[in-house]
Amino acid sequence: MATVSFSVNGEVRALKLDTRTTLLDALREHLHLTGTKKGCDHGQCGACTVIVGGQRINSCLTLAVMHEGETVTTIEGLGTPEHMHPMQAAFVKHDGFQCGYCTPGQICSAVAVLDEIKAGIPSHVTGDLNAAPQLTNTELRERMSGNICRCGAYSNIAEAITEVAGRRA
Amino acid sequence: MKSFTYEKVSSPAAAASAVVSNSNAKFIAGGTNLLDLMKLEIETPSHLIDVNGLGFDKIEPTSDGGLRIGALVRNTALAADARIRRDYGLLSRALLAGASGQLRNKATTAGNLLQRTRCPYFYDTNQPCNKRNPGSGCAAIGGVTRQHAVIGASDACIATHPSDMAIAMRALDATVQTARPDGSIRDIPIADLHRLPGDTPHIETTLTSGELITSVTLPKPVGGTHIYRKVRDRASYAFALVSVGAIVQRDGTGRVAVGGIAHKPWRVEAAEAEMPHGAKAVAAHLLEGASPTKENAFKLSLVERTLGAVLTEAKG
Repeated sequence: MATVSFSVNGEVRALKLDTRTTLLDALREHLHLTGTKKGCDHGQCGACTVIVGGQRINSCLTLAVMHEGETVTTIEGLGTPEHMHPMQAAFVKHDGFQCGYCTPGQICSAVAVLDEIKAGIPSHVTGDLNAAPQLTNTELRERMSGNICRCGAYSNIAEAITEVAGRRA
Repeated sequence: MKSFTYEKVSSPAAAASAVVSNSNAKFIAGGTNLLDLMKLEIETPSHLIDVNGLGFDKIEPTSDGGLRIGALVRNTALAADARIRRDYGLLSRALLAGASGQLRNKATTAGNLLQRTRCPYFYDTNQPCNKRNPGSGCAAIGGVTRQHAVIGASDACIATHPSDMAIAMRALDATVQTARPDGSIRDIPIADLHRLPGDTPHIETTLTSGELITSVTLPKPVGGTHIYRKVRDRASYAFALVSVGAIVQRDGTGRVAVGGIAHKPWRVEAAEAEMPHGAKAVAAHLLEGASPTKENAFKLSLVERTLGAVLTEAKG
């Protein structure tokens, strides 16, 4: 057993855990924040995506004990049904989901993607490595490739992200 | 997952003493590959040494005009660094061709080099695998081999090294710096880090027990056009069938390293003399001695054609 303390959605949480507990299991099983989903549990599907220290990661491929003192944001921290985050509202508006299982991961990823583009981080499809990356559909699709949607809502997801990106710019 | 004890270290000396006092210990940094393998009980360390607090997270200029990349620099940070984008575009491109945004945010420079093969028979613990269980045999040989090595393989193992980043590092002549538990440090040319499988495919690198990568150094920029072309089954988030990393100078000379075809980044310096004569000549030399299976023989022509596309692109 080990102890760890980190901030989740603005609240400091102290936990006593088996060292094997992933951040994903700590969030779901210990903190009962079940918005973050377990899909493949091997970093292949992106359903478990959360934002740690401002960066999106797969919460299934990291140990909870490795996050002492860090700041975690899950889908519950982005918005609530009454006060949705703009990205959540855009997913609803554009039908960016069908079954909804991958959606929390998609939304956390999408929020981080816009920050990554804003920070000038290039992607595989960025034409000129030395210029600021553009907010194109191709860029968004490439950057979202770590989030699988088996219902195939990709077009609507891309539209939702595009709308939020436009609003920001 | 097998149970393990965990400690976080804050100095190389503490890391060394931890690894010496635990015979079945492993270092963990990003953890994206190690934890995946631990879930499958392919890796079963009894002690994890978290090295994220060692401070090897900077990219600094070296005295001879190169860059020293800390072992803990994340793949995203490395690919996005302005100096890497400007002077070592091949490295930036290779990193961005690999994994997903989430994984690149966690995966480290050293961890990327040390990631293990994605051979499906290595992952399937019901199958024999000399890499996972030395002496048990190789289920890939005679199995489904479309993804496997076409050169440098052995009767014991036909797995490939999965890294994109390592292909760029090889073409850029990077050097790996390490610290050993006795406090000694050494430089390993990237060409000497990864081993061919031979009859000991479970020994994948030349690192010794408890040896820790501390940084990777790039020599001063060599100019030229930097291209990384990856051919895979999906447009994104898939391992390479074949990848070509090249630096091409205006006079047509240059360097080329190939991924997806061997147990290590594949580069044959002597083949590079053929670059001004075109892809066919280079590929013939580069792939000399290849022994593909029926299912992956396509990789030989794919290397030639991908290199051809790269050389055409380089001409602009």
